Amino acid sequence: MKKFLPLIILAILCILPFIGLSTYVMHILILVLMWSIIGMGWNILGGYTGQVSFGHAAFFGMGAYAAGLLYQHLGISAWWGLPVCVLILTALSLVVGYICLRLRGAYFALATLALGEICRVAAENLVGFTKGNMGIMLRERTWVDKTWYFYIILLLAAGTYILIKMVMESKLGYYFVAIREDQDAAESLGINTTFYKTISLCISGVLTGIAGAYYMNYMGYIDPSTVFPLSEVSIATVVVVMVGGAATYWGPIVGAVIMIFLAEEIRSIPFIGAAHQTIFGIILILIVMFLPNGIVGDFRKLIKPFKGKKGASS
Amino acid sequence: MSLIEVRNVSKQFGGLAALTDVSFVLNKGEILGLIGPNGAGKTTMFNVINGFYPPTKGDVLLKGEKVSNLKPHVLCKLGVARTFQVVKPLQRMSTLDNVIASAFIRTKSKAQAEEISMEVLKFTNLYDDRNVISKSLPLGRRKRLEIARALATKPEIILLDESFAGLNPTEINEQVEIVNKIRTERGITILIIEHHMRVIMSISDRIVVLSYGLKIAEGTPLEIGRNPVVIEAYLGEAHNA
Repeated sequence: MKKFLPLIILAILCILPFIGLSTYVMHILILVLMWSIIGMGWNILGGYTGQVSFGHAAFFGMGAYAAGLLYQHLGISAWWGLPVCVLILTALSLVVGYICLRLRGAYFALATLALGEICRVAAENLVGFTKGNMGIMLRERTWVDKTWYFYIILLLAAGTYILIKMVMESKLGYYFVAIREDQDAAESLGINTTFYKTISLCISGVLTGIAGAYYMNYMGYIDPSTVFPLSEVSIATVVVVMVGGAATYWGPIVGAVIMIFLAEEIRSIPFIGAAHQTIFGIILILIVMFLPNGIVGDFRKLIKPFKGKKGASS
Repeated sequence: MSLIEVRNVSKQFGGLAALTDVSFVLNKGEILGLIGPNGAGKTTMFNVINGFYPPTKGDVLLKGEKVSNLKPHVLCKLGVARTFQVVKPLQRMSTLDNVIASAFIRTKSKAQAEEISMEVLKFTNLYDDRNVISKSLPLGRRKRLEIARALATKPEIILLDESFAGLNPTEINEQVEIVNKIRTERGITILIIEHHMRVIMSISDRIVVLSYGLKIAEGTPLEIGRNPVVIEAYLGEAHNA
């Protein structure tokens, strides 16, 4: 049963557009899938390899701008952004990795924090190239209906899930986790830590960038403050993964479901709705205090009170 | 034939001379003991051989090739494995996964890495603990896990850093047996740091003694045990009075 769970969920998601959901619900589902990709991407680097990044907005925004600028300057479909951003983000990851991955722990996190901000400020000021705060707008979106958008992001999310599963069960996965657990030990066991951390960063960056390129196509409009923000993307990514469970396959997906639905619900509450960032902050504190491994990682602990005696004895 | 040659190695940390002009040779197939009082520079010597620190002066040669500025992972690939004095298990991984992670250096396939690991775990008597998360292993077994991980990289030389410290007598006997087996059954050359005199005297072929970063003696265990300079370094001059 458990083995087929991903397939069952995939099958249910595949038939969802046929049961006539409202465009609003479809929009939420698309956002959930997109955030699962970003979460899974972050998870490779932050969860499995242990290199916490507070700058994934840089990768997300680069992906989005790659798609947007292709459309803006070359006049080709922004969908080309998906394959092109793989190249651009691999290059960016190599550069960032070369500079930042010599740093360990909190220093790496600080360097990525700066990276996100550098990208935002650059995008705001290179007016000739990025149109600055005017942003980039697609004159017409590919489809009015959301069905195809949904299937594309579903395909990307399923592909990401499979890719991560394959990576984590191979030599790479063992090396990533070894680096997270002890870098010196990993190094003396013959693992080229800088090299494998860079690979991890590349996978992570490319996945996040693909989500960004998709976002450009789907939303039809981007500007620096929507794709490069610190709190709405960089921190939100960390929150999604931490809530769901870092270093678990399902953590980022569960986290994305919970955070997107919560965001929508909280925003619609009168008066306190505007403070949704504050509420997310409180949620993150509570999660780190009581469920440090996230909802998926600490699932047993979470359901224990509901199971009663049966749970206590098992 | 000398596998590792340490040639006039000095290592300074700022103003502190951790090693001064140390030279010795590790021959193929032998067990060479490295002893000395606390702070003598033994672990620093390991870190230099292993590539964690480049030497300030001098060279480390592996089979005649200079390796002093290579990184630890490169040296591991060339056949130099090590264990750590303060054990560094990959904590949240199971014992088996710990060993698999290091077995991957010689193979790409997971099945093969697992095969190597199973064999190594049986060799080090850790097979029954293979599914235990390494963080919860008792110290004796964590020390053995260090050895198992080193063995899984299929080394020619193993550097053992205090693999006997903190063990009870039964564990020590078991560990001695494993170290001897590593040499006799696998033909791996061993350089070992140890404070436990009974152990080091019984298993080493030769011993090098360091004190305050200087090599003060070298010889067979018998010679070392009688050497007045060594006795002085360990027990102080009061011993002679």
